[in-house]
Amino acid sequence: MKNRTYNGISAPYALWCVVFIVAPLAIVAYYAFTDKTGAFTWDNISGLSMYADTIARSVYFGIIATIICLIIAYPLAYCFAKTKVSTQKILVMLIMVPMWMNFLLRTYAIMVLFEDTGIINNILAAIGLPHIHIINTSGAVIFGMVYNYLPFMVLPLYTSMTKLDGKLIEAARDLGATGFQTLRDVMIPLTSAGIVSGITMVFVPSVSTFYISQKLGGGKYTLIGDVIEMQFQTAYNYNLGASISLLLMVFILFCLFVMNRFGDTEEGGVVA
Amino acid sequence: MKKRLSVKAKVYMVLIFILLYAPIFVLIFYSFNSSNSTSVFAGFSTRWYGELFSDLKTMAAFKNTLVLAVLSSVISTVLGTIAATGLHYSRTKWYKSSVMTVTNIPMMNPDIVTGISMMLLFVFIGMMLKLSGVLGFTTMLIAHITFELPYVILNILPRFKSMDKYLTEAACDLGCTPVQAFFKVTLPYIKAEILAAFIMAFTLSLDDFVISYFVSGPEFQTLPIRIYSMTKRRVTPDMYALSAIIFVAVFILLLLTNIAQDEDFRERLKKRRERRSKTA
Amino acid sequence: MEKKTIIELKDISVAFGDQTVLQNLNLYIRDGEFVTLLGPSGCGKTTTLRIIAGFQEPDTGEVIFEDKCINGVPAHERQVNTIFQRYALFPHLNVYDNIAFGLRIRKMPEPEIKKKVEEMLELVDLKGFNRRSIDSLSGGQQQRIAIARALAVDPRVLLLDEPLGALDLKLRKDMQVELKAIQQRLGITFIYVTHDQEEALSMSDTIVVMDHGEIQHIGTPEDIYNEPANAFVADFIGESNILDGVMKKDFKIEFSGHVFDCVDKGFKENELVDVVIRPEDVDITSPDKGMISGIVTNVTFKGVHYEIIVDVKGFKWMIQTTDFAAAGDEIGLLIKPDEIHVMKKSKYSGLYGDYSSFSDEMDHISDAEEIIVETEVENEEQDL
Repeated sequence: MKNRTYNGISAPYALWCVVFIVAPLAIVAYYAFTDKTGAFTWDNISGLSMYADTIARSVYFGIIATIICLIIAYPLAYCFAKTKVSTQKILVMLIMVPMWMNFLLRTYAIMVLFEDTGIINNILAAIGLPHIHIINTSGAVIFGMVYNYLPFMVLPLYTSMTKLDGKLIEAARDLGATGFQTLRDVMIPLTSAGIVSGITMVFVPSVSTFYISQKLGGGKYTLIGDVIEMQFQTAYNYNLGASISLLLMVFILFCLFVMNRFGDTEEGGVVA
Repeated sequence: MKKRLSVKAKVYMVLIFILLYAPIFVLIFYSFNSSNSTSVFAGFSTRWYGELFSDLKTMAAFKNTLVLAVLSSVISTVLGTIAATGLHYSRTKWYKSSVMTVTNIPMMNPDIVTGISMMLLFVFIGMMLKLSGVLGFTTMLIAHITFELPYVILNILPRFKSMDKYLTEAACDLGCTPVQAFFKVTLPYIKAEILAAFIMAFTLSLDDFVISYFVSGPEFQTLPIRIYSMTKRRVTPDMYALSAIIFVAVFILLLLTNIAQDEDFRERLKKRRERRSKTA
Repeated sequence: MEKKTIIELKDISVAFGDQTVLQNLNLYIRDGEFVTLLGPSGCGKTTTLRIIAGFQEPDTGEVIFEDKCINGVPAHERQVNTIFQRYALFPHLNVYDNIAFGLRIRKMPEPEIKKKVEEMLELVDLKGFNRRSIDSLSGGQQQRIAIARALAVDPRVLLLDEPLGALDLKLRKDMQVELKAIQQRLGITFIYVTHDQEEALSMSDTIVVMDHGEIQHIGTPEDIYNEPANAFVADFIGESNILDGVMKKDFKIEFSGHVFDCVDKGFKENELVDVVIRPEDVDITSPDKGMISGIVTNVTFKGVHYEIIVDVKGFKWMIQTTDFAAAGDEIGLLIKPDEIHVMKKSKYSGLYGDYSSFSDEMDHISDAEEIIVETEVENEEQDL
């Protein structure tokens, strides 16, 4: 068949992309740079400075949650990869079950546990321990992020570790590397693809979440997602909401770009 | 060759799994509580399940979710399969690479940005056409197809790459028109990936909240949106019951797909079939 | 008896981007012939085959099938079938359904299909394999199924694209014999593509030697071996010593500082020519009895004969002989008039024929490279 025919076959999809992916983003940009009457303005962009604290908090929470996920998931994925293949299948399934449960319900479950009159405090009271305040703290929000997105970190790490040849680690130890040196110089470079994709899959939803902060932060810890949600669902300031979304998108795409560059050079380094 | 895991490692794995499952199991446990308190377990009851099933709005949302998931996943699988075929064979480099770049955008973009961008598009079109209340079933369907398509395409394209490029030529050589070759050779070759893509699209649609939340209208709600509005207000034990049901459903579905993908199992099935055909 | 032409290629040219693949190619193929397209990687032989099959349209020129131009006729409407390099058997179908594939497309009734498939399985010696899945077959068996599948639809011409490339040496030899037998039994035209000169020599009625998109020589295996058209053909087919010579007059040629008798004529007086002498056509003797003499630099025992490299006035000859000579010996060389082949100068003159850098290992390495390059070139052809 002619090349033109093949391009013709994918044309409906290409058209779909233009109308429902590219055009919406163009409209976001349009709203971000216009006011309610449709006139060009910088106001929405300069208005972002009002949200500097929120933005900083979102990025900070996102980074903390991602680091905790990485620290928990890396050894976990390693343990997974070292078990028998049949056990591995079961373990992977067990990690996927919570992932496929709706994240609203998962977050809600944590809320039920953490509340001041919630299950943890009830248990503590029952055994005579003092009451602890967990809900509506920054810790609770970060815990919610870690709890919700941990499987997204474990799976890519596990995949890259199953591809790792176990003999390489033995070889490193054989050549006199300590456990830490083996981890730093062999394991981490060889699993960099999994690390990069795990970080992406945890960081992006963490930074942009709004439900977790509402339920577990009690409105005290507003994140970028909350601000966007507010502008579109209650304040109806689409222009401001669009400018914040634009900022979030540019920031995320920039991070992904940097991460991918990092991932590439790591792999290139291994080959060289 | 593989060393057995140390006790420390096993304890670590068990702890993480307890952490992951504890909140869910606690909810399931209290879903059978006869009172709506989480402090006392007043006695076993299926009261909340009864309330859940008699809640018309939740039931309607459940039905909507299924309708939307089936429709959007069928459309996105068909459209995605056709697109992947065209893209694989395309020799126009700039076209191919720009379409692939755009395909990746919804996968990289935060859901909230995808959601509001589509909402703004629909609102914008509504404004142009002077329509009110554009958000509803159609916009939900379009949004779901849009975020499912990249997963479908990225699921199928790698399989094409592993296909012997002479297979379709061989079919044409034996007398197939290019269209016949597609249905008789290409499609059977990629059918497992198409099925996987379909299941993926279906579950993504069932599970999605963020994008749906922004493009939905008041008269068409899905289950996640219903959950959102329910959990916004007060402690609602019928949501515990819903969690329990979804948990069991997800568990069974994953178990089934695992069994279906299990090679030993498939091998045994194939052998049995071969034996049967031999005796026949 | 002169058979009639079944396929004719007229002035075919193809370029992928700015890379010329075929240049003004003209070729006649007679009905019932076993024709081999032989040449190194990237010489355009596979492209020629794809043009006949209908997978590639030529930029210029005509493809003629039984006096009708078939340019633009799609592959599925042509009466030619192809055996692909890696067989291209359909992995989702079993042996029976693979062979029946083309028949079902032609809407043949099932009982006839069954008969035909059985007949084909018998032809390729794989009776009883009907229900086997493709991935349970060995490479050689897959090869046979591919042949059966293509022959089931009764093609007028069978195109074979390096069909034995993936098989090991022993199996390849057996399959060569078998393919030739099948061709003779069915009497259909085979067009066979290979880069293996031995394969070409032992199977073909006619060999077409190609290089850089141009035909270098068309002839019977004997012609090609004994009377190569130029230095490229001489070097590509078998081992050969290719020297610069001067045609003194008819039947007299001078090279290596000696005037030899030969059987060639029709050149200008003192015309510069290329001289080919096959290694097995040189006899060795003592230096005083030889027409020319040289020092042995290397001797390798090959089983049937010794392979001796002799330095004659700075030119390294390869000689295959049953007589032993030790390295360092001075020996004389004897060449009979009819063992000398004289060729006109061509663009290939001076590129081949000296064994100064020869070693067995080098030969093997370059063979392997050739195969790698070949697949790469073909991939590129596909990508363009």
